Amino acid sequence: MGEPSQLAVIDDLVRRRIDEILPARIEEKLKEIEDAKTPSLAIIATKGTLDWAYPPFILASTASALGWDVSVFFTFYGLNLVRKDVGDLKISPLGNPGMPMKMPFGPDWFKGINWNIPNVVQASIPGFENMATTLMKQTISNNGVASIDELRSACQEGDVKFIACQMTVDLFGFSHDDFIPGMDFAGAATFLPVAQQSSVCLFI
Amino acid sequence: MNFDKELDARGLNCPLPILRTKKALTDMQSGQVLKVISTDPGSVKDLAAFAKQTGNELLSSEEKNKEFEFFVKRK
Repeated sequence: MGEPSQLAVIDDLVRRRIDEILPARIEEKLKEIEDAKTPSLAIIATKGTLDWAYPPFILASTASALGWDVSVFFTFYGLNLVRKDVGDLKISPLGNPGMPMKMPFGPDWFKGINWNIPNVVQASIPGFENMATTLMKQTISNNGVASIDELRSACQEGDVKFIACQMTVDLFGFSHDDFIPGMDFAGAATFLPVAQQSSVCLFI
Repeated sequence: MNFDKELDARGLNCPLPILRTKKALTDMQSGQVLKVISTDPGSVKDLAAFAKQTGNELLSSEEKNKEFEFFVKRK
């Protein structure tokens, strides 16, 4: 009669002790695991204009400089960003009210003018987009900001994984040769697990 | 402060100071010190974050004549 009740008492003591120390221990252990993990960044890049090229490449190159594992999945117009000649990226002010239109040359008072040109005028001048792109590129280089080419090279040197969406490649009639060397070609089912494991996942 | 290599990042904006710093450090040996000069105000916080994340110690961070001077020790 003595033994079962002794076991019950011991059991109860053990259970209570565990309840006391377990929460703190679990939290300690979880924090240890969390701190030891290498942060990772997954980016899904879907746009192909000059302004949208900057966010994925800046974030990817900077994260890689900080020692993170980085993967970028290029799909739809994002494929433009990984073509061999990336000097061709353009920007359009048409219907883009967020874009400042300031001249990158001339005296300071001139540079400060925001030329709000109506859409209907922009649409009827041939070569308007090319001009806007040239002015934007000039503004970028005036301010010591990296070119897309440089950012992309920094990514590749930093072992950022570039993956192109095979479906979009087929859809737009591209071939693997159109893209920079070192590209992987895969689909959503391959990239989603990478995104799931990442610390930060961004849709750009 | 003594340093083994100097990186002139004047006129460069985010994220170039960090990217160039990382590249410069990669070619250096453990314990060596890199001096970085930048004109980008954002680089002050960026270099501190870079040091914290990568384990390369930021020995000092000072502003001198509108320029920012950093000393980073390669881990």
